[in-house]
Amino acid sequence: MEHIRTTKVEQVKLIDRFSTSNKSLMGTLYLTATHLLFIDSSQKETWILHHHIAAVEKLALTTSGCPLVIQCKNFRVVHFIVPRERDCHDIYNSLLQLSKPASYDELYAFSYNPKQNESKRLQGWQLIDLAEEYKRMGVPDSNWQLSNANRDYEICDSYPRELYVPRTASKPVIVGSSKFRSKGRFPVLSYYHRDKEAAICRCSQPLSGFSARCLEDENMLHAISIANPAHHYMYVMDTRPKLNAMANRAAGKGYENEDNYANIRFQFVGIENIHVMRSSLQKLLEVSGTKALSVNSFLSGLENSGWLRHIKAVLDAAIFLAKAIAVENATVLVHCSDGWDRTSQVCSLGSLLLDSHYRTIKGFMVLIEKDWISFGHKFSDRCGQLDGDPKEISPVFTQFLEGVWHLTEQFPQAFEYNEAFLLQIHEHVHSCQFGNFLGNCQKEREELKLKEKTYSLWPFLLDEQKKYLNPLYNRDFSQKLVLLEPNTASFNFKFWRNMYHQFDRTMHPRQSVFNLIMTMSEQNKQLEKDFKELEAKMKQRNRQPEELLTKEPLQSVNPASPALKTSPCFKKEQPLLPMNDSIRTIEGSNTADNRYSEYMEELSKAEPAVVSLEYGVARMTC
Amino acid sequence: MEFAELIKTPRADNVVLHRPFYPAVEGTLCLTGHHLILSSRRQDNAEELWLLHSNIDSIEKRFVGSLGTIIIKCKDLRIIQLDIPGMEECLNIASSIEALSTLDSVTLMYPFFYRPMFEVVEDGWHSFLPEREFELLSSVTNEWRLSYVNKEFSVCPSYPPAVTVPKSIDDEALRRVATFRHGGRFPVLSYYHKKNGMVMMRSSQPLTGTNGRRCKEDSALINATLRAGKRGYIIDTRSLNVAQQARAKGGGFEQEVQYPQWRRIHKSVERYNILQESLIKLVEACNDQSHNMDRWLSKLEASNWLTHIKEILTAACLAAQCIDREGASVLVHGTEGTDSTLQITSLAQIILDPRCRTIRGFEALVEREWLQAGHPFQQRCAQSAYSNSKQKWESPVFFLFLDCVWQILRQFPCSFEFNEHFLIMLFEHAYASQFGTFLGNNESDRCKLKLPQKTMSLWSWVNRPQELSKFKNPLFEANSLVIWPSVAPQSLQLWEGVFLRWNRSSKFLDEAYEEMNNIIEYNKELQAKVNALRRQLAELETDDGMQESS
Repeated sequence: MEHIRTTKVEQVKLIDRFSTSNKSLMGTLYLTATHLLFIDSSQKETWILHHHIAAVEKLALTTSGCPLVIQCKNFRVVHFIVPRERDCHDIYNSLLQLSKPASYDELYAFSYNPKQNESKRLQGWQLIDLAEEYKRMGVPDSNWQLSNANRDYEICDSYPRELYVPRTASKPVIVGSSKFRSKGRFPVLSYYHRDKEAAICRCSQPLSGFSARCLEDENMLHAISIANPAHHYMYVMDTRPKLNAMANRAAGKGYENEDNYANIRFQFVGIENIHVMRSSLQKLLEVSGTKALSVNSFLSGLENSGWLRHIKAVLDAAIFLAKAIAVENATVLVHCSDGWDRTSQVCSLGSLLLDSHYRTIKGFMVLIEKDWISFGHKFSDRCGQLDGDPKEISPVFTQFLEGVWHLTEQFPQAFEYNEAFLLQIHEHVHSCQFGNFLGNCQKEREELKLKEKTYSLWPFLLDEQKKYLNPLYNRDFSQKLVLLEPNTASFNFKFWRNMYHQFDRTMHPRQSVFNLIMTMSEQNKQLEKDFKELEAKMKQRNRQPEELLTKEPLQSVNPASPALKTSPCFKKEQPLLPMNDSIRTIEGSNTADNRYSEYMEELSKAEPAVVSLEYGVARMTC
Repeated sequence: MEFAELIKTPRADNVVLHRPFYPAVEGTLCLTGHHLILSSRRQDNAEELWLLHSNIDSIEKRFVGSLGTIIIKCKDLRIIQLDIPGMEECLNIASSIEALSTLDSVTLMYPFFYRPMFEVVEDGWHSFLPEREFELLSSVTNEWRLSYVNKEFSVCPSYPPAVTVPKSIDDEALRRVATFRHGGRFPVLSYYHKKNGMVMMRSSQPLTGTNGRRCKEDSALINATLRAGKRGYIIDTRSLNVAQQARAKGGGFEQEVQYPQWRRIHKSVERYNILQESLIKLVEACNDQSHNMDRWLSKLEASNWLTHIKEILTAACLAAQCIDREGASVLVHGTEGTDSTLQITSLAQIILDPRCRTIRGFEALVEREWLQAGHPFQQRCAQSAYSNSKQKWESPVFFLFLDCVWQILRQFPCSFEFNEHFLIMLFEHAYASQFGTFLGNNESDRCKLKLPQKTMSLWSWVNRPQELSKFKNPLFEANSLVIWPSVAPQSLQLWEGVFLRWNRSSKFLDEAYEEMNNIIEYNKELQAKVNALRRQLAELETDDGMQESS
């Protein structure tokens, strides 16, 4: 690679990010075409994918070397000290280039090769079939049909080819409506609730300005409204704060005027835009990354970041949407400005509350494919896959995952998947290792020939789904509970430590109940199998005495016997009691992992007059 | 005094009870000397409420026409509402409740009237005698002795009759040291670390005063716990500033010149009214569901509760670290040595000693480090989060200790024999109970009140197998290691099981816990079955082998 000047640097220190006494590990840093690798003296490896790097910073030279701080999109933060400034500079420059590729073909997905044959690779891409999903919802039916209006992306290039619209919406209505909507994103079906015959539809903002009208758009909404035979009104949810929507009018955009549309109930829900969200996360990470953080600075930082307020706003909007459908049987049309950020959040979380299918592993993949990938959430821009406008980057999808996590916390038995699944998806949304999330829309993905050149993430996740199963999942629970109604009183929202500190091991519980139960429930399946086998053997044995009497010569050819004959040695191979200890071990509980330990390092030194302690405010005098 | 005098209206009909997560119930309200009882006329009697008057923290009255409403706020943080028809009845009942929930004589409390309906297998009053604890100690070291210098509670009124002190220090010296320490609380053994023979002692502040008074015996006593050439650490739970100010009032701290073998660390832990205010603020924040996110977070912050948790845990970790990692002995004290000192010494033991993480061991710890050590429960737990009167002795010192234990339990969920419910139960009983365990302020009080003779011990009830099963942690596996909790703010959490208990439904969480239990039980069952079959098969196999060889 032309960007790499130095491939290996020795005597590099990896500094504990939360230590004030600069506790560190010595090791060697390697730079490869795809990864930055640090191997410490105990041979522990830290791999950092170039695409995961959000920012590299070279700090002022110190006596021990040149500090290099790398922040990753998966919230890993590493702090190296490179002994020679020139090496540091080389690595810094290489990483700057490597972490911000100029074109898609430089992305890892195009070189990633898991050694899988072609037919399996293609099968992988067919795993999630959205046509199948719409069929499962019950469309097409007498009210909804597949439209061919966008078959060649002629009306809207950020929508998929296949779109479902009301049967009564004619082609001219669709075309007219799309001309009246930002980026041509006219109202289409996102989710159909078969029992209630109510739908979630999505679009972008109307180009209404202060007074503009569009008859076709009005007809389009009317068509959606009457596609729900039970109902005579529909909701239009504008997910933006009212002020933002009004400001948009000056630019010829805006929101629906209730007087112009028959039977709509218009509602703002006040989710902030991508820029507010980006700076909110920035603030959150600044606070959580602070050394010697006090409880009060943490809580006030959490408050000032507004992060949990935003998460609550998204969830509240999703609940409003889900209740409109489940309780009022009303169809809801959701939009924001362009209809690919907040709209995706609200539609997908709303569907998740309504339909237990999306709470299964496969169903969750479908949900992401549908509401995020196919409807053109701009993953490339939002995740900063290429070197581009940093103002386009925003943690919109991360917020969606966090919303799901909050639901799993309140309904521990309603989800087939666990937290690790959410974290893994988050990892790969940013890794650019698989083709699914590359690009900004389906059209772009087709042009990139992703299905020919890259692999799909989903089959890989499905292959290792054991890791992602929630042992407490209760299928019946999921079905009897028609609508999940989470409690959104503020005290229910917690800082998602396992996401934002996923690489800061010392902050986590040292024993995981979840892993334990997962292992146990795995073990139970094995034990059930063992039990059946043993029981079969027993039965065979119990029959044998008679057989022994009558058909003694046959015993030697009894297939069960040889197996049993070898059994006296099984005691050595299989302990009578499977070892449980291994799954209950305490991970790394020692003072070195905790900040208070460093008082003692200080204390052991000779007599400082006053020592400020890292955590807490105590001072020591002698 | 007769309770009847206080009960003007003993019963009222058509009273409607409102409480969290239950539909409203209409029924008859009865007041007895110790309980408020509401029974509906339903056949199954399922909808009954029995509330101890002593559990009532405060009440409020409201009237709409002739319908009165009494809002009862309990010490366990629950809030219930009673709608009582008739203004006079309502006023009578309210004033009776007020009088009965604030009886000033301990001997009128329910434990003196309670007759247990269960058979006592083991009398809890004798389960954790100092002699037993000392026996355990003498099996590993002979450097200590049990002193009865305080037999009559004359040397230190807040110490138990028997305390463990260095063998080389005689009772006469102890008497002298007692005069040099606040409230007579001379340094005594709190914990012996078997692994390296290091110890933790606790005491109150030395009475050095402004002119630097000294006491030879005091330094001799604590020096007796040091190995030759080794230094010890004194952890003072006050800031240096506060400790210096204490000298003006006759108190003080160990000056280096007089205690050259000791290094003093000031680790400030808040006390008394500050903690009480913190609790009041926290509960207020938790009880208002309408708070938006910013308001909730700023109220949570303003309560400072989690800051106190972090302070206490950090100090306890430091003490544990001195002992286990530095191989040094430790003396812990604050001013009186009855509050923050006990938080630190007891939490350090949870961290260091696997025994304290068992049910029995934890009970022994509560007995040793809280009850016998003279934490004034009666004063501290007289009122809880809803107290509106300005009394100065209330403070959730023990409550904070339980919260800290819960935080460690969250971080090491398999290392404790007990579960969260056990901690919640102790919280409830410390504030209001049918048992005598938490009555009085120290052993001397308990002795005068003849509690062991006249009341039932909480341990007698808890330690019955039927009760214990509720408090057992299904994930428990004995773990002999020292457990070092994280004290980073990101690792500390609001104790939802207590603070949000009455504010949101825990149905789904409870069901999930149930399911987790099922998986564990099923695992045990399957293992037993599989092992039994394997054994049978193995036996048959040996029989075969014998037949073949014969």
